[in-house]
Amino acid sequence: MAVKGSVKVEVKGSKTPKQSSRKRIQSPWGGFLFVLPSIIAMAIFVYGMIGWTLKFSFSNRTNAWNKDNSWAGLKNYTGLLEDPEFTHAFSNLVKFTLVFMIGTLISGLIMALLLEKGIKGEGLFRSIYLYPMAISFIAMGTSWRWLMDSAQGEKATGLNLILNKVGLSSLENSWYTSEKGSMYAMALPAIWQMSGYVMALFLAGFRGIPDDLREAARVDGASEFKIYRHILFPQLSPTFLTVLIILGHISMKVFDLIYGISGKGYVTKVLAIYMWQVIFDFQNYAKGAAIAVVILILIAVVVIPYLIYVNKTEEANK
Amino acid sequence: MQKNSKLAIVIAGVVAIALVAFFVTRSGSDSATDTSKASGNLEIFTWWASGGEAAGLEGMTTEFTTQNPDLTFVNASVAGAAGVNAKGVLVSRMEAGNPPDTFQAHAGEELSSYVKAGQLEDLTELYKAEGWDKVFPADLIKTITVDGKIYSVPVNIHRSNVLWWNPAAAAKAGITKAPGSLDEMIADMEKFKKVGIDGIALAGQGDWAIAHLFDYVLLASMGSEKFNGLWKGGTPWDGPEVSKAIDYLTKILSYGNSSKSLDWPDAGKLVTSGKAGFFIMGDWASSQWQSEGLVLGTDYTWAPGPGTDGIYQWLSDSFTLPVGAPNRAAGLAWLKVCGSLAGQDAFNPKKGSISVRTDSDPSKFDAYLQAAMESWKVDTLVGSTVHGVNYGNAGMAALNSAVGKFYIGGAKDKAGFVTGLVAAYAADKA
Repeated sequence: MAVKGSVKVEVKGSKTPKQSSRKRIQSPWGGFLFVLPSIIAMAIFVYGMIGWTLKFSFSNRTNAWNKDNSWAGLKNYTGLLEDPEFTHAFSNLVKFTLVFMIGTLISGLIMALLLEKGIKGEGLFRSIYLYPMAISFIAMGTSWRWLMDSAQGEKATGLNLILNKVGLSSLENSWYTSEKGSMYAMALPAIWQMSGYVMALFLAGFRGIPDDLREAARVDGASEFKIYRHILFPQLSPTFLTVLIILGHISMKVFDLIYGISGKGYVTKVLAIYMWQVIFDFQNYAKGAAIAVVILILIAVVVIPYLIYVNKTEEANK
Repeated sequence: MQKNSKLAIVIAGVVAIALVAFFVTRSGSDSATDTSKASGNLEIFTWWASGGEAAGLEGMTTEFTTQNPDLTFVNASVAGAAGVNAKGVLVSRMEAGNPPDTFQAHAGEELSSYVKAGQLEDLTELYKAEGWDKVFPADLIKTITVDGKIYSVPVNIHRSNVLWWNPAAAAKAGITKAPGSLDEMIADMEKFKKVGIDGIALAGQGDWAIAHLFDYVLLASMGSEKFNGLWKGGTPWDGPEVSKAIDYLTKILSYGNSSKSLDWPDAGKLVTSGKAGFFIMGDWASSQWQSEGLVLGTDYTWAPGPGTDGIYQWLSDSFTLPVGAPNRAAGLAWLKVCGSLAGQDAFNPKKGSISVRTDSDPSKFDAYLQAAMESWKVDTLVGSTVHGVNYGNAGMAALNSAVGKFYIGGAKDKAGFVTGLVAAYAADKA
């Protein structure tokens, strides 16, 4: 539904640096005709659907049988604030997002730094680190469900068994089935999956920096740390931003990973799962639409400033 | 010129055929339950896609195609246990006014949202015409009748209040007979614990199996009458009866396996492999284990849930006739097979459930199911909440959430649990 829109937005945004040769197209109308089909499709299936969802979220369609589409004002939204299930899902999402983004960023960056040095078999390592991206969330969720089994001690399996065997049994824990730590554990598989991708982005960023700069810095007597701190990282800030945006919106929409691991279980419920449940189980369409809009707003808060920034830099580069 | 006249003849012929076809189909639909002229496709929506369920469906399909050679069976199946995915797709299709000719749903309140939305046809006439009102148990008919109308045809009956255990593990713990009450069950779980076996197998994944256990504990601790009052408003959720049941549940959960993330087949394996003592699960566990090559009586055995002997807590898969079904006659023809003796006896032995009909032939079923058939005829019938009989979708989802929260929190927050249960009741009646 509404969530779809953000995907498009992100894709558009990520194509920033290429300034295509606009001289080749003579008439502005010719170009317009070429993009017209996608404009129409976007208008209907992205923005039209967002509008439709918005309309539902302000209506009285709170169950399957009343076809009451009358205006309900903000009732559905204020209702969410009083719904303990919603606040629970919201706080779960915040926890997940924080751990997932920080974890992925750090592990991706470390892997990129290691590979950036040009070690032997770089291509092999790159593929290995990127490979988790190729696995479907549901398949991954199922295997991580087994890995993160909460049995401990003699009955331990999965990660707990590994910890047990290497003598770290004090670190055994109940993973995503613990009341407080569920979302931190849930972020693990997500970090595992996405850090390879972040690594690839950073690696591309590093490769985009001319070697001359490093050499010049070395000639000037800068230490290796200083080169990274003052020469390379500042050049990477657009990459950083892109990574943050990509991770941010993935995190806020997260559904299949969590569904694959713990289904509709209470302990790991996030907004997208709750939205799905409200629409298809409760058949409370108005409330479900309101949750969808909340997710959309959350993502927009992240993505729109980024788009503005990108547009500005493009203008500046002209 | 000649060409033109030939064309005219062809057109006239086509028109004539169309007219005849029109009147034939019209006359065919004169009687509301007549299916003799049915032809074309039957699009059926079910989540039976694997194992005994698929085998059972195939048995019934064969029966259907023999009776209706002109109909083509089209299965729009969406796999997924308990139909969690199927329900989502179905809700969208119903909402979009694009129903299948018939769809699967648990009998009971789970259908209420479709009924209230006017999306299902009343089948009372069909029940009378086929004589089902006489061969289906009266208690069941009463439960699935809404304001004097019946909206679904139940195909099978599962029992949810069944206690399963492994005889070898029980012998090790010194347990010789099935416990007769909740207190005896807890005493036996203590015996299991002493020999290093978990007292009970718990399947925490997705909350529902814990809710299933709670549903049974409610019934066992307060009896059928008060239990029925929970869903209709006679028994308060914040009263002493529920409080007592929660205490029992807390006690039982404390004997459970430490892994909180198992799905029910994995939890069942704890029992059959002797790592856990008891298991409260519906009788589909039996057909699952038989498909794994285990033998009833030696590898695993059963008893009515302790404290619920003489009470049959049932759930049922049923089929419906959506309003505006593209091929209504085909849908009706399917429902007739669903309710028929041949259809039910083709389906149920493979699915591992019993027939709804009381005239079903016991010789086709295994020992457990034969015993279940006997009980089905004489026991008090109460519905299973987690499987759609007592609550609609909203109430069920809220109940599952409340139980999941309680379970994950280590069964400590009793007050919060009661609040959640009261809220679930309100969500159901909203």
